[in-house]
Amino acid sequence: MKIVKKAQAGTMQSSDLMVFLEPAETLNVTIESTVLKQFGALIRAKVDEVLAKHGVDAGEVRITDRGALDYAIEARLETAIMRATEG
Amino acid sequence: MAGFKLRRSLLYVPGNMPSMLQNIPIFNCDSVIIDLEDAVPLSEKDAARHLVRHFLLNYTDRNKELLVRINPLDTKWGYEDLKVVLPAMPDGIRLPKADTPEIVERLDTLLTEFEEELEVEIGRFGILPSLESALGVINAVGIANSSERIFALAFGAEDYTASMEIERSRGGEELFNARTRVLWAAKAKGIQAVDTIFADVSDMEGLRNETELAKRLGYTGKCLVNPRQIEVVHDVFAPKQHEVEYALQVIEAIQRARQLGTGVIALGGKMVDAPVVKRAARVLRTAYAHGMVDTLIDEEAIHGAQ
Repeated sequence: MKIVKKAQAGTMQSSDLMVFLEPAETLNVTIESTVLKQFGALIRAKVDEVLAKHGVDAGEVRITDRGALDYAIEARLETAIMRATEG
Repeated sequence: MAGFKLRRSLLYVPGNMPSMLQNIPIFNCDSVIIDLEDAVPLSEKDAARHLVRHFLLNYTDRNKELLVRINPLDTKWGYEDLKVVLPAMPDGIRLPKADTPEIVERLDTLLTEFEEELEVEIGRFGILPSLESALGVINAVGIANSSERIFALAFGAEDYTASMEIERSRGGEELFNARTRVLWAAKAKGIQAVDTIFADVSDMEGLRNETELAKRLGYTGKCLVNPRQIEVVHDVFAPKQHEVEYALQVIEAIQRARQLGTGVIALGGKMVDAPVVKRAARVLRTAYAHGMVDTLIDEEAIHGAQ
Protein backbone atom coordinates (compact mmCIF):
# COMPACT_ATOMS: atom_id res chain seq x y z
CA MET A 1 0.00 0.00 0.00
CA LYS A 2 1.15 3.51 -0.74
CA ILE A 3 1.26 6.25 1.85
CA VAL A 4 -0.55 9.09 0.14
CA LYS A 5 -1.07 11.50 3.03
CA LYS A 6 0.09 12.37 6.51
CA ALA A 7 -1.47 10.29 9.27
CA GLN A 8 -0.92 9.40 12.88
CA ALA A 9 -2.26 6.85 15.36
CA GLY A 10 -1.85 5.94 19.01
CA THR A 11 -1.45 7.93 22.20
CA MET A 12 1.34 9.06 24.52
CA GLN A 13 0.00 6.98 27.42
CA SER A 14 2.23 4.37 29.00
CA SER A 15 2.23 0.97 27.24
CA ASP A 16 1.19 2.77 24.04
CA LEU A 17 2.98 4.44 21.15
CA MET A 18 2.45 7.17 18.58
CA VAL A 19 2.98 6.43 14.94
CA PHE A 20 3.50 9.26 12.40
CA LEU A 21 3.46 8.53 8.70
CA GLU A 22 4.24 10.84 5.77
CA PRO A 23 4.63 10.23 2.06
CA ALA A 24 8.27 9.99 0.90
CA GLU A 25 10.29 8.56 -1.99
CA THR A 26 12.15 6.03 0.18
CA LEU A 27 11.45 4.20 3.42
CA ASN A 28 12.88 5.92 6.47
CA VAL A 29 12.06 4.61 9.95
CA THR A 30 13.00 6.47 13.15
CA ILE A 31 12.21 5.15 16.62
CA GLU A 32 12.20 6.99 19.92
CA SER A 33 11.54 4.88 22.96
CA THR A 34 11.78 4.91 26.72
CA VAL A 35 13.22 1.41 26.38
CA LEU A 36 15.28 1.93 23.21
CA LYS A 37 18.47 0.43 24.64
CA GLN A 38 16.86 -2.86 25.67
CA PHE A 39 14.18 -3.26 23.01
CA GLY A 40 15.09 -0.96 20.10
CA ALA A 41 16.03 -3.83 17.80
CA LEU A 42 12.86 -5.78 18.62
CA ILE A 43 10.64 -2.75 18.03
CA ARG A 44 12.38 -2.14 14.71
CA ALA A 45 11.90 -5.77 13.70
CA LYS A 46 8.19 -5.60 14.52
CA VAL A 47 7.78 -2.32 12.61
CA ASP A 48 9.54 -3.76 9.56
CA GLU A 49 7.39 -6.88 9.72
CA VAL A 50 4.13 -4.90 9.80
CA LEU A 51 5.23 -2.53 7.02
CA ALA A 52 6.16 -5.51 4.87
CA LYS A 53 2.87 -7.25 5.64
CA HIS A 54 0.99 -4.23 4.31
CA GLY A 55 3.34 -3.74 1.39
CA VAL A 56 4.58 -0.33 2.52
CA ASP A 57 8.01 0.23 0.99
CA ALA A 58 8.23 4.00 0.99
CA GLY A 59 7.41 6.71 3.51
CA GLU A 60 8.61 8.62 6.52
CA VAL A 61 7.78 6.45 9.56
CA ARG A 62 8.27 7.98 12.99
CA ILE A 63 7.55 5.96 16.15
CA THR A 64 7.43 7.39 19.67
CA ASP A 65 7.17 4.43 21.96
CA ARG A 66 6.06 4.41 25.59
CA GLY A 67 6.81 0.79 26.36
CA ALA A 68 4.22 -0.80 24.06
CA LEU A 69 4.02 -4.55 23.59
CA ASP A 70 4.14 -6.15 20.14
CA TYR A 71 0.36 -6.36 19.68
CA ALA A 72 0.00 -2.62 20.32
CA ILE A 73 2.83 -1.76 17.90
CA GLU A 74 1.15 -3.86 15.24
CA ALA A 75 -2.31 -2.37 15.90
CA ARG A 76 -1.20 1.29 15.97
CA LEU A 77 0.95 0.93 12.89
CA GLU A 78 -1.88 -0.82 11.06
CA THR A 79 -4.32 1.97 11.98
CA ALA A 80 -1.83 4.63 10.82
CA ILE A 81 -1.29 2.78 7.53
CA MET A 82 -5.05 2.54 6.91
CA ARG A 83 -5.41 6.25 7.64
CA ALA A 84 -2.47 7.21 5.44
CA THR A 85 -3.49 5.09 2.48
CA GLU A 86 -7.25 5.57 2.23
CA GLY A 87 -8.44 7.77 -0.60
CA MET B 1 -27.39 -27.73 34.91
CA ALA B 2 -25.42 -27.82 31.68
CA GLY B 3 -23.56 -24.69 30.70
CA PHE B 4 -23.98 -22.97 34.06
CA LYS B 5 -21.47 -20.16 34.10
CA LEU B 6 -20.85 -17.88 37.02
CA ARG B 7 -21.26 -14.27 35.91
CA ARG B 8 -21.17 -12.20 39.05
CA SER B 9 -18.80 -9.51 37.82
CA LEU B 10 -18.60 -8.14 34.26
CA LEU B 11 -15.86 -5.52 34.13
CA TYR B 12 -15.77 -2.83 31.45
CA VAL B 13 -12.34 -2.16 29.98
CA PRO B 14 -11.84 0.73 27.53
CA GLY B 15 -10.91 -0.61 24.10
CA ASN B 16 -8.37 2.04 23.20
CA MET B 17 -6.05 1.78 26.22
CA PRO B 18 -3.23 -0.77 26.00
CA SER B 19 -2.36 -0.28 29.68
CA MET B 20 -5.86 -1.44 30.68
CA LEU B 21 -6.23 -4.19 28.08
CA GLN B 22 -2.96 -5.75 29.17
CA ASN B 23 -4.26 -6.12 32.70
CA ILE B 24 -7.26 -8.21 31.64
CA PRO B 25 -5.49 -11.52 32.34
CA ILE B 26 -4.87 -10.55 35.98
CA PHE B 27 -8.31 -9.15 36.86
CA ASN B 28 -10.21 -11.70 38.93
CA CYS B 29 -13.65 -10.86 37.54
CA ASP B 30 -15.81 -13.51 35.83
CA SER B 31 -16.15 -11.64 32.54
CA VAL B 32 -14.65 -8.65 30.82
CA ILE B 33 -16.51 -6.34 28.45
CA ILE B 34 -14.02 -4.62 26.18
CA ASP B 35 -15.65 -1.37 25.16
CA LEU B 36 -15.61 0.02 21.65
CA GLU B 37 -18.64 2.23 22.26
CA ASP B 38 -18.87 4.95 24.92
CA ALA B 39 -15.26 4.68 26.13
CA VAL B 40 -13.86 5.39 22.67
CA PRO B 41 -13.98 8.86 21.06
CA LEU B 42 -15.47 9.01 17.57
CA SER B 43 -12.11 9.81 16.00
CA GLU B 44 -10.53 6.65 17.45
CA LYS B 45 -13.14 4.00 16.57
CA ASP B 46 -10.88 2.46 13.89
CA ALA B 47 -7.83 2.49 16.15
CA ALA B 48 -9.66 0.86 19.06
CA ARG B 49 -11.01 -2.04 17.04
CA HIS B 50 -7.56 -2.78 15.62
CA LEU B 51 -6.05 -2.64 19.08
CA VAL B 52 -8.69 -4.97 20.52
CA ARG B 53 -8.28 -7.40 17.64
CA HIS B 54 -4.52 -7.65 18.10
CA PHE B 55 -4.83 -7.84 21.86
CA LEU B 56 -7.29 -10.77 21.60
CA LEU B 57 -5.19 -12.55 18.98
CA ASN B 58 -2.26 -12.44 21.40
CA TYR B 59 -4.29 -13.39 24.48
CA THR B 60 -4.26 -17.10 23.83
CA ASP B 61 -4.13 -18.37 27.39
CA ARG B 62 -7.61 -17.12 28.23
CA ASN B 63 -8.81 -17.29 31.79
CA LYS B 64 -12.15 -15.49 31.73
CA GLU B 65 -15.11 -14.77 29.50
CA LEU B 66 -14.34 -12.05 26.93
CA LEU B 67 -17.16 -9.93 25.56
CA VAL B 68 -16.84 -6.94 23.25
CA ARG B 69 -19.28 -4.05 23.39
CA ILE B 70 -19.62 -2.93 19.80
CA ASN B 71 -21.15 0.31 18.59
CA PRO B 72 -24.88 0.14 17.87
CA LEU B 73 -25.66 -1.56 14.55
CA ASP B 74 -27.41 1.54 13.21
CA THR B 75 -24.15 3.53 13.40
CA LYS B 76 -21.47 3.35 10.74
CA TRP B 77 -19.08 1.62 13.18
CA GLY B 78 -21.14 -1.35 14.40
CA TYR B 79 -20.68 -3.67 11.44
CA GLU B 80 -17.00 -2.79 11.04
CA ASP B 81 -16.46 -3.58 14.74
CA LEU B 82 -17.78 -7.10 14.15
CA LYS B 83 -15.75 -7.58 11.00
CA VAL B 84 -12.46 -6.63 12.64
CA VAL B 85 -12.95 -8.17 16.08
CA LEU B 86 -14.76 -11.48 15.47
CA PRO B 87 -11.80 -13.22 13.78
CA ALA B 88 -9.97 -12.73 17.10
CA MET B 89 -12.62 -14.96 18.74
CA PRO B 90 -14.25 -13.11 21.62
CA ASP B 91 -16.84 -15.20 23.49
CA GLY B 92 -19.67 -12.84 22.74
CA ILE B 93 -20.96 -9.41 21.85
CA ARG B 94 -22.58 -6.94 24.16
CA LEU B 95 -25.13 -5.18 22.03
CA PRO B 96 -25.90 -1.63 23.16
CA LYS B 97 -29.32 -0.09 22.62
CA ALA B 98 -31.01 -3.43 22.07
CA ASP B 99 -34.37 -1.71 21.97
CA THR B 100 -36.30 -4.25 19.91
CA PRO B 101 -36.18 -7.99 19.11
CA GLU B 102 -35.50 -7.06 15.47
CA ILE B 103 -32.20 -5.36 16.36
CA VAL B 104 -31.01 -8.49 18.17
CA GLU B 105 -32.20 -10.73 15.31
CA ARG B 106 -30.12 -8.63 12.96
CA LEU B 107 -27.02 -9.16 15.08
CA ASP B 108 -27.83 -12.88 15.26
CA THR B 109 -27.94 -13.09 11.47
CA LEU B 110 -24.66 -11.20 11.11
CA LEU B 111 -22.97 -13.46 13.66
CA THR B 112 -24.15 -16.54 11.76
CA GLU B 113 -22.69 -15.10 8.57
CA PHE B 114 -19.35 -14.43 10.24
CA GLU B 115 -19.33 -17.90 11.81
CA GLU B 116 -19.83 -19.45 8.38
CA GLU B 117 -17.07 -17.31 6.93
CA LEU B 118 -14.71 -18.09 9.82
CA GLU B 119 -15.70 -21.75 9.72
CA VAL B 120 -16.53 -21.97 13.40
CA GLU B 121 -19.51 -23.59 15.08
CA ILE B 122 -22.81 -21.76 14.53
CA GLY B 123 -23.82 -20.24 17.83
CA ARG B 124 -20.23 -19.86 19.03
CA PHE B 125 -20.60 -16.11 19.58
CA GLY B 126 -23.03 -15.25 22.36
CA ILE B 127 -25.13 -12.12 22.71
CA LEU B 128 -25.62 -9.98 25.80
CA PRO B 129 -28.26 -7.38 24.89
CA SER B 130 -28.34 -4.09 26.81
CA LEU B 131 -31.81 -3.02 27.79
CA GLU B 132 -31.14 0.63 28.37
CA SER B 133 -34.15 2.63 27.22
CA ALA B 134 -37.86 2.77 27.96
CA LEU B 135 -38.45 0.93 24.67
CA GLY B 136 -35.89 -1.77 25.47
CA VAL B 137 -37.43 -2.38 28.89
CA ILE B 138 -40.95 -2.58 27.43
CA ASN B 139 -39.69 -5.09 24.83
CA ALA B 140 -37.71 -7.17 27.35
CA VAL B 141 -39.73 -10.36 26.85
CA GLY B 142 -39.50 -10.26 23.07
CA ILE B 143 -35.79 -9.48 23.23
CA ALA B 144 -35.09 -12.36 25.61
CA ASN B 145 -36.72 -14.68 23.06
CA SER B 146 -35.19 -13.14 19.95
CA SER B 147 -32.06 -15.32 19.75
CA GLU B 148 -30.80 -18.56 21.24
CA ARG B 149 -27.40 -16.89 21.55
CA ILE B 150 -28.62 -14.73 24.42
CA PHE B 151 -27.21 -16.05 27.70
CA ALA B 152 -28.30 -13.10 29.86
CA LEU B 153 -30.11 -9.77 29.75
CA ALA B 154 -28.23 -6.70 30.92
CA PHE B 155 -29.97 -3.69 32.37
CA GLY B 156 -28.30 -0.33 31.68
CA ALA B 157 -29.49 2.35 34.06
CA GLU B 158 -27.41 5.28 32.81
CA ASP B 159 -28.98 5.39 29.35
CA TYR B 160 -32.33 4.24 30.74
CA THR B 161 -32.59 7.22 33.08
CA ALA B 162 -31.54 9.49 30.21
CA SER B 163 -34.34 8.04 28.05
CA MET B 164 -36.79 8.59 30.91
CA GLU B 165 -35.56 12.17 31.39
CA ILE B 166 -34.87 11.52 35.05
CA GLU B 167 -31.84 11.51 37.37
CA ARG B 168 -30.41 8.35 38.82
CA SER B 169 -30.62 8.40 42.61
CA ARG B 170 -28.51 6.64 45.21
CA GLY B 171 -31.45 4.57 46.45
CA GLY B 172 -32.49 3.58 42.92
CA GLU B 173 -36.27 3.80 43.51
CA GLU B 174 -36.72 5.19 39.98
CA LEU B 175 -35.22 1.98 38.55
CA PHE B 176 -37.40 -0.47 40.41
CA ASN B 177 -39.98 -1.23 37.73
CA ALA B 178 -37.46 -1.45 34.92
CA ARG B 179 -35.14 -3.69 36.93
CA THR B 180 -38.04 -6.00 37.72
CA ARG B 181 -39.32 -6.16 34.16
CA VAL B 182 -35.88 -7.08 32.82
CA LEU B 183 -35.68 -9.77 35.50
CA TRP B 184 -39.07 -11.25 34.67
CA ALA B 185 -38.08 -11.54 31.03
CA ALA B 186 -34.77 -13.19 31.90
CA LYS B 187 -36.24 -15.61 34.44
CA ALA B 188 -39.13 -16.57 32.16
CA LYS B 189 -36.61 -17.45 29.47
CA GLY B 190 -34.32 -19.22 31.95
CA ILE B 191 -31.31 -16.97 31.37
CA GLN B 192 -29.21 -14.80 33.67
CA ALA B 193 -29.85 -11.17 34.54
CA VAL B 194 -27.01 -8.68 34.91
CA ASP B 195 -27.49 -5.43 36.77
CA THR B 196 -26.29 -1.99 35.72
CA ILE B 197 -23.00 -0.28 36.62
CA PHE B 198 -22.42 1.70 39.80
CA ALA B 199 -20.46 4.72 38.62
CA ASP B 200 -19.03 6.12 41.88
CA VAL B 201 -15.81 4.16 42.29
CA SER B 202 -15.04 5.76 45.67
CA ASP B 203 -18.39 4.76 47.24
CA MET B 204 -17.95 1.11 48.21
CA GLU B 205 -20.85 1.20 50.66
CA GLY B 206 -23.19 2.47 47.96
CA LEU B 207 -21.94 -0.26 45.63
CA ARG B 208 -22.55 -2.90 48.27
CA ASN B 209 -26.07 -1.66 48.99
CA GLU B 210 -26.99 -1.54 45.33
CA THR B 211 -25.54 -5.00 44.66
CA GLU B 212 -27.42 -6.43 47.65
CA LEU B 213 -30.64 -4.93 46.31
CA ALA B 214 -30.00 -6.38 42.86
CA LYS B 215 -29.29 -9.80 44.36
CA ARG B 216 -32.44 -9.70 46.51
CA LEU B 217 -34.49 -8.92 43.41
CA GLY B 218 -32.97 -11.84 41.50
CA TYR B 219 -30.00 -10.49 39.54
CA THR B 220 -27.07 -12.88 39.28
CA GLY B 221 -24.35 -10.41 38.35
CA LYS B 222 -23.37 -6.80 37.95
CA CYS B 223 -21.42 -4.71 35.47
CA LEU B 224 -18.43 -2.86 36.88
CA VAL B 225 -16.46 0.18 35.82
CA ASN B 226 -13.36 -0.39 37.94
CA PRO B 227 -11.46 -3.49 39.10
CA ARG B 228 -11.64 -2.20 42.67
CA GLN B 229 -15.37 -3.03 42.60
CA ILE B 230 -14.86 -6.75 41.93
CA GLU B 231 -14.28 -7.84 45.51
CA VAL B 232 -17.42 -6.23 46.94
CA VAL B 233 -19.60 -7.70 44.20
CA HIS B 234 -18.17 -11.21 44.63
CA ASP B 235 -18.66 -10.94 48.35
CA VAL B 236 -22.33 -10.00 47.96
CA PHE B 237 -23.08 -12.73 45.41
CA ALA B 238 -21.25 -15.48 47.31
CA PRO B 239 -23.70 -17.70 49.20
CA LYS B 240 -23.28 -17.30 52.95
CA GLN B 241 -22.04 -20.33 54.89
CA HIS B 242 -25.32 -20.61 56.85
CA GLU B 243 -27.30 -20.55 53.58
CA VAL B 244 -25.21 -23.41 52.21
CA GLU B 245 -25.62 -25.43 55.38
CA TYR B 246 -29.36 -24.88 55.39
CA ALA B 247 -29.62 -25.85 51.71
CA LEU B 248 -27.77 -29.11 52.40
CA GLN B 249 -30.21 -29.81 55.26
CA VAL B 250 -33.15 -29.13 52.93
CA ILE B 251 -31.88 -31.64 50.37
CA GLU B 252 -31.29 -34.21 53.10
CA ALA B 253 -34.78 -33.60 54.52
CA ILE B 254 -36.55 -33.97 51.18
CA GLN B 255 -34.67 -37.18 50.45
CA ARG B 256 -35.83 -38.48 53.83
CA ALA B 257 -39.38 -37.40 52.97
CA ARG B 258 -39.30 -39.26 49.66
CA GLN B 259 -38.23 -42.42 51.42
CA LEU B 260 -41.38 -42.01 53.49
CA GLY B 261 -43.40 -41.61 50.32
CA THR B 262 -44.17 -37.91 50.70
CA GLY B 263 -43.03 -34.72 49.00
CA VAL B 264 -43.29 -32.47 52.02
CA ILE B 265 -41.57 -32.53 55.40
CA ALA B 266 -40.81 -30.18 58.30
CA LEU B 267 -37.30 -28.91 58.90
CA GLY B 268 -36.71 -26.92 62.07
CA GLY B 269 -40.45 -26.22 62.26
CA LYS B 270 -40.66 -24.94 58.67
CA MET B 271 -42.29 -26.68 55.75
CA VAL B 272 -39.99 -28.05 53.04
CA ASP B 273 -41.55 -28.85 49.69
CA ALA B 274 -40.68 -28.54 45.99
CA PRO B 275 -40.14 -24.73 45.73
CA VAL B 276 -37.97 -24.76 48.88
CA VAL B 277 -35.92 -27.59 47.37
CA LYS B 278 -35.55 -25.63 44.13
CA ARG B 279 -34.20 -22.61 45.99
CA ALA B 280 -31.83 -24.82 47.97
CA ALA B 281 -30.60 -26.40 44.73
CA ARG B 282 -29.86 -22.94 43.33
CA VAL B 283 -27.86 -22.03 46.45
CA LEU B 284 -25.91 -25.29 46.16
CA ARG B 285 -25.16 -24.77 42.47
CA THR B 286 -23.85 -21.29 43.18
CA ALA B 287 -21.91 -22.65 46.16
CA TYR B 288 -20.40 -25.29 43.90
CA ALA B 289 -19.31 -22.60 41.44
CA HIS B 290 -17.68 -20.78 44.36
CA GLY B 291 -15.90 -23.95 45.45
CA MET B 292 -17.86 -24.07 48.74
CA VAL B 293 -19.24 -27.57 48.17
CA ASP B 294 -17.47 -30.48 46.45
CA THR B 295 -20.22 -31.97 44.34
CA LEU B 296 -22.69 -30.49 41.93
CA ILE B 297 -26.24 -31.32 42.94
CA ASP B 298 -27.95 -33.69 40.49
CA GLU B 299 -31.44 -33.46 39.07
CA GLU B 300 -32.64 -36.53 40.94
CA ALA B 301 -31.80 -34.93 44.29
CA ILE B 302 -33.89 -31.91 43.29
CA HIS B 303 -36.89 -33.64 41.77
CA GLY B 304 -36.68 -37.21 43.09
CA ALA B 305 -36.64 -40.37 40.97
CA GLN B 306 -39.59 -40.82 38.61
